[in-house]
Amino acid sequence: MVLNLFYFLSFLAILSGIMVVVSKNPIHSVLYLILTFFTLSGHYILLNAQFISIVNLIVYAGAIMVLFLFTIMFLNLQDDSFTGSRIMYHVAALLMVIAFAGILVVKLGGAQIDVADDASFNSQIGMVENLGMTLFNKFLVPFELVSVLFLSAMVGAVMLGRKEKGERNF
Amino acid sequence: MNQIPEIFRVVPVNHFVILASILFSIGILGVLTRRNAIIIFMSIELMLNSVNLLFVAFSTYKSDPAGQVFVFFIMAIAAAEVAVGLAIIVMIYRRIRSTDVSILNNLKG
Amino acid sequence: MEKLIAIIPALPFLGFVLNGLGVGKLSKGLAGGIGALASLAAFVVSILVLFQFKSGDGQAVVVNLWTWMSSSSWKIDFSFHVDQLTLIMLMVVTGVGFLIHVFSIGYMHEDEGFGKFFSFLNLFLFSMLVLVLGGNLLMTFIGWEGVGLCSFLLIGFWNKNEAFNEAAKKAFVMNRIGDLGFLAGIFLILFRFGTCQYTELVQALGAIETVNDPYLVWTGICFFIGAMGKSAQLPLFTWLPDAMAGPTPVSALIHAATMVTSGIYLVIRMNALYATIPDVQEFILWIGMATALIGALIGTSQNDIKKVLAYSTVSQLGFMFVALGVGAYTAALFHVITHAFFKALLFLGAGSVIHGLHEEQDIRKMGGLKKALPITYITFLVANLAIAGIPPFSGFFSKDEILAHTFASNKVAYIILAIIAGITAFYMFRLLFLVFFNEYRGKLSAEKIHEAPASMSIPLIILAVLSAVGGFIGLPEVFHFPHLLGDFLAPVLQPAKSFANTHSLSHTISHSEEWMVMGASVVISLIGIGIAYSMYISKKLVPSEEAPVGFFHKLTSNKFYVDEIYDAIIVKPINLISGIFAILIDILMINLFVEAVGILTKGLSMGLKTSQSGRVTGYAFLMFCSILAFAVFYLFKVF
Repeated sequence: MVLNLFYFLSFLAILSGIMVVVSKNPIHSVLYLILTFFTLSGHYILLNAQFISIVNLIVYAGAIMVLFLFTIMFLNLQDDSFTGSRIMYHVAALLMVIAFAGILVVKLGGAQIDVADDASFNSQIGMVENLGMTLFNKFLVPFELVSVLFLSAMVGAVMLGRKEKGERNF
Repeated sequence: MNQIPEIFRVVPVNHFVILASILFSIGILGVLTRRNAIIIFMSIELMLNSVNLLFVAFSTYKSDPAGQVFVFFIMAIAAAEVAVGLAIIVMIYRRIRSTDVSILNNLKG
Repeated sequence: MEKLIAIIPALPFLGFVLNGLGVGKLSKGLAGGIGALASLAAFVVSILVLFQFKSGDGQAVVVNLWTWMSSSSWKIDFSFHVDQLTLIMLMVVTGVGFLIHVFSIGYMHEDEGFGKFFSFLNLFLFSMLVLVLGGNLLMTFIGWEGVGLCSFLLIGFWNKNEAFNEAAKKAFVMNRIGDLGFLAGIFLILFRFGTCQYTELVQALGAIETVNDPYLVWTGICFFIGAMGKSAQLPLFTWLPDAMAGPTPVSALIHAATMVTSGIYLVIRMNALYATIPDVQEFILWIGMATALIGALIGTSQNDIKKVLAYSTVSQLGFMFVALGVGAYTAALFHVITHAFFKALLFLGAGSVIHGLHEEQDIRKMGGLKKALPITYITFLVANLAIAGIPPFSGFFSKDEILAHTFASNKVAYIILAIIAGITAFYMFRLLFLVFFNEYRGKLSAEKIHEAPASMSIPLIILAVLSAVGGFIGLPEVFHFPHLLGDFLAPVLQPAKSFANTHSLSHTISHSEEWMVMGASVVISLIGIGIAYSMYISKKLVPSEEAPVGFFHKLTSNKFYVDEIYDAIIVKPINLISGIFAILIDILMINLFVEAVGILTKGLSMGLKTSQSGRVTGYAFLMFCSILAFAVFYLFKVF
């Protein structure tokens, strides 16, 4: 049953990923991306990483995608038109990407990966307490630095978004 | 309760590697192909998420929480990046009234 | 004494530097003063060195400044060598040089390149002093090249005139052909003897026993080729008349008194070598004879005052080489000294005439200047009497000694030489009569013709005195007076003399023959003067303005067409070949190769430029391609 679920979720993820890239309407792309996030959260739950799956939904699907939507709607973007003159480039990119994916799938997917054995398996590592302990013990400094990163991002975004004199608002 | 999740027994971790690779390649295709800056951004988000998936998968299969903690950081950084990136796109839009990246060719040799 | 010797060339070099740096900034008086003072100081120091030398033991003094180059088998030093020959040359060069410097102050007074002129003159003096003071062949060669350079600089001094530049170039190129011979000689000597220091060479050459050793014959010919170039012998003599394009003091100093005598100096210096190769001496004799003959013949029909004197110089140099050819080294040096006096005087006198007539040089437009330029006239007359060989003037004694030695060794050569002496007297007095006698034929009004200022006339007077009494340093034996010059010079010529004696190559002349030679030369000179008198004073002939008619007149007046022959045989083919090379190799091949680099680079960059499209996605694509390549390399272990 888990196997079927895994395959279903994987198929859905890939399909919606392709639709993100291929859609003409940017709003459609956003919606497909949200769908991708949902499928990925499903994967996380399968992997017993409950906290991450919820946080994924909240942060990515809830905040970041909403930001994208706002921007798209403010900028009033129209459908993306494909120009025919770059068809060679598209074909080349497609072929390269297929080659890349093929290499990765064949080589990395067929590699021998060591996993933890049953004895040392700790099933609680996806839980909040465990994550919290790790985050605030081993990864305290990166945590603090990320907060500084947020600060600079916020300041940067506000500074960049300021309207200059004489400019129209969108 | 130290119950090993079922997926551990049923799905080998290589499957997750394959899935992540495919999603990553799709994201790359989006970056290379699309002309709308916002769509390119979203493709980058897709790439980041594929990496997140891989991290979490390895974290579970190797029973190491560091993977999931790293996912935190990736999410944080992605959020910050989106904020700043979208601000830049808006600025560019104010200048050229379009988000088409093929218009921006001042670096032309 | 070593310090004094080293100072001698340093003084004019200092003058050159001071004048050269101060071009345009120093006043004319100061520039001229520095130049003249440098040469005077060099002269005074030379006299001091002379006195110190005479109080010594008469051996050569070698001043070794530093080691220039050395290898395991030989060593060449930067050294000076002072012996009797050097001292005589020093005094002549610095003394006459000083007088000419003083003359130039007056002559070049209106010229704007005044400072430049004096710096070049001082540089020339320095080079000439290095030449005569040089302690080995290479040092002499340095001076040799230096005087060639200064000759070029000074001939082309008025460098706005294209023809003058051509003349300077011609002088330099012809000198260079001679220099090749000189260098070949140096290499041959170095290869055979392992040294080119004069003191060591004298010893090494003294040990030679064979007469006409082929190796040494070639060495001697090579050095003589060098002398041919520098001293304007056949066939490298055509640069000397063209060199008259330079200012007259230059002609006086360089092309009469000093530079052109460096070839003779070289042969005298290498007398130990030339004594062992009588065949080459014979060769020198006939070349000198041919040169003297051609010079004299051409001089009879020239109409430019300086050109006459130039051909006269060529002819007199031929005389000196004849003397060298018969082994009369003392006579040759004697004639160098007296020639320096009277030829410099003749040139300076010509300069005074040219200056007084405001740059007129054609003798057909002169005449009757006896009254207007008295001092010039008297000094010119003295010089003419000297060159014609009238006793008791200096030229008589030196020329007579040459004639006597020639008589002793080769009667045919003597007869030809005596005739040439007669022709010399003829054309020199032709010049005198046409310039100073009869009526004035020019266009200037009488007030404008003025005598030379004091700065110009005093050197004339001094040189006239020297031309008159300078002969008494070399009185022949028949007068039972000591030959001062010969006695003084004897140690230098010892090797030649001893070789000639041991191999019975020397000739002597009896007293009665000597009186006969003396008498004959005086008679021939008087005949020459007489013919000139009858043509130009009695019949008042004036060379016509039109082109010459008659075969001989055309031949001599067109300089035997030597320049034209050289032009056709050498200059035109070389120009043709270099033209071909210029087009074929230079333009087609080299330009193409050099430009090909540029064209290639440009094409490559144009091609690569297309990758810089400015589109960010394009760049991202390239990045991705390289990542793909990396992935292939690492994952498939393809290195």
